[in-house]
Amino acid sequence: MDRVLFGDNQFFGVNHMSEEKARAQSMRFQDGRAIIEVLEDAYAEGVKTFMCTTHERMGEICDFFRANLDRYPDYTFYPCMPYAHKYANAAAELGMLGAVRSFLPEENKFGALLKGGMSLARQDVEGLARLLIDAEMKMFAGLKTPVIFLQNVATDFLMGLGFDEAFKMFADWVRERYQAEPGFITMNAPMLQRRLAKLGIENPIICANINKIGFRMCGGMQAYEDLIAAGSCRLIAMSVFASGALAPQEALEYVCRFPNIQSILFGASSRRNIAQTKQLIDRLSPG
Amino acid sequence: MGLSHQAMVNVHPDIELKAVCDSSTYVLDVLSKYTGVQTYADYKKMLAEVPLDCLFVATPSRYHAEIVAEALERRLHVFCEKPFGLEPETGYRLADTAERKGLVNQVGYHYRFVAAFNEAKRLLDQKLIGELHHVRVEAYGPVVLRPKGSTWRAQKSEGGGALFDYACHAIDLTNYLIGAPISVSGTLLNSVFSNDVDDEIYSTLQYSERFYGQLATNWSDDSYRKMSVRLNFWGSNGRINVDRQEIQIYLRSDEGAAGGLTKGWNVRYTTELTRPVWFYVRGEEYSAQIDHFVQCIKTGTTPISTFRTASDTVQVAAMLRQDAGKPRTAVKLNAAAAAEARQTAAPAKRPRSFMRSLLDRF
Repeated sequence: MDRVLFGDNQFFGVNHMSEEKARAQSMRFQDGRAIIEVLEDAYAEGVKTFMCTTHERMGEICDFFRANLDRYPDYTFYPCMPYAHKYANAAAELGMLGAVRSFLPEENKFGALLKGGMSLARQDVEGLARLLIDAEMKMFAGLKTPVIFLQNVATDFLMGLGFDEAFKMFADWVRERYQAEPGFITMNAPMLQRRLAKLGIENPIICANINKIGFRMCGGMQAYEDLIAAGSCRLIAMSVFASGALAPQEALEYVCRFPNIQSILFGASSRRNIAQTKQLIDRLSPG
Repeated sequence: MGLSHQAMVNVHPDIELKAVCDSSTYVLDVLSKYTGVQTYADYKKMLAEVPLDCLFVATPSRYHAEIVAEALERRLHVFCEKPFGLEPETGYRLADTAERKGLVNQVGYHYRFVAAFNEAKRLLDQKLIGELHHVRVEAYGPVVLRPKGSTWRAQKSEGGGALFDYACHAIDLTNYLIGAPISVSGTLLNSVFSNDVDDEIYSTLQYSERFYGQLATNWSDDSYRKMSVRLNFWGSNGRINVDRQEIQIYLRSDEGAAGGLTKGWNVRYTTELTRPVWFYVRGEEYSAQIDHFVQCIKTGTTPISTFRTASDTVQVAAMLRQDAGKPRTAVKLNAAAAAEARQTAAPAKRPRSFMRSLLDRF
């Protein structure tokens, strides 16, 4: 994994500190070209991995990189699925099963089953999960996707329900179908690591909030620092600036002091901020 | 919501999930197979067979009253999703029953657990911006963008519509921050896309002789990524503007202000206001309200959102619906109409300004 990963919250009006900031950013990035320009800036600064949700608008970005493989031969995507609002909005409108049906490809063996009796479908949650993963991955065809993530809403929801086997289904399909490593985004990293270990998923890739003020680090900072020290998972730190609450130098001094944190995920919308962050990380990282 | 609550309840250290009841056999089968939880399709059977201390109700609103009544009869503490049924009279009766039996009763108005809104309440209680004279509460979101809805949300008889689903959040939160209104007027319930239910609600709410507010709710707005609730308060000493993630405070004078608040604009964010929770799924407030319910059972205290406060909210909603039928004042743009309006107009019942009332006294 690259040391520095680029995130996509700023492109889709997501800011966990301020709704006003989120709105302003979503206005700026309504046009896909504005997003691509920022990604090109990031590439020029040496940030070549884009960790992004499977938002419909991502299709346009994927098209661009497919069309420009010669210019960006080493550009890498880490898809994060599912984009929860897509499903939540559909579920509110169509009901849970209606929503699932709407995201499946037209021709599929479940089409008939979901319309009629569901007796067979009941037994094949794994098959359904595979179809949904494939639907989410479609836009990345032909692009490098060495790590594929389960979004935190899905991870934590399944973990809460105790549906741990879903993690195995996800991990197995990602490896088998995409020859990729499975990754898990979570707001409850210490709990997740324990669950994955029980499932036999060793040394998993876990992406979680890790910042100096403990913002959304569920389980407490001490539990996180213990998790980092244990070295039992490949950690990606996100929300390192706590959505803007921390100044860059102070924020990165904290995160970079842990050699067991493999990668840092951040988002930015100006070349200057991208450059500053990349340079700070390079300077502050051990070794 | 039901699955969401289940995920949190299942992981809470002080409470044990014993059984789940749902109308979807598909969901029950999956849950049973992959999580091992005991499942029921009939809630009465579940309540009869499984020894329980409390019940979480997250069914369509139409079924709330019946299920809650049965649970109270069996002396269970109850957490019920919002809105609390669809008829305030029934809601108040259930509140009486729960209180009489000493049972903890809570309703899922999660905005009462958002740190930024609680900070606003704290500052309003302190009268930091002086005497309030206006409030504007807005709730917008991208729920209904097409005419065809096939779930209970699209049917009035099932408790669908923005009034019960969206506006009730805004009404309940405002009630929490400044108390319930004493009158409503100029109410509009309007469909934008829906066939059977309301998509937007607007109204003027009165809080006292000199303090009025405006409610605006619209769930057919996809310029919002998700539901957005915002309140604006105007007082004699400034303004408070608050949403789920930040609070902006404008002070004319900082006398009596603490915590580093100064004259002019101050901003505080969720990153500094929100306390961590034991388990996070969609937002701290969802976990916090579950934990609150559990702690209230353990300590025998009254939750900050109860059957009674939720019935107040449904009552306000009922008043809005009643008010919406009232006649309006037509506008005609010609001299004859102007003359007629002048002759028939009653003297304007404007509340006296503070300065006027002071001067009147002398």
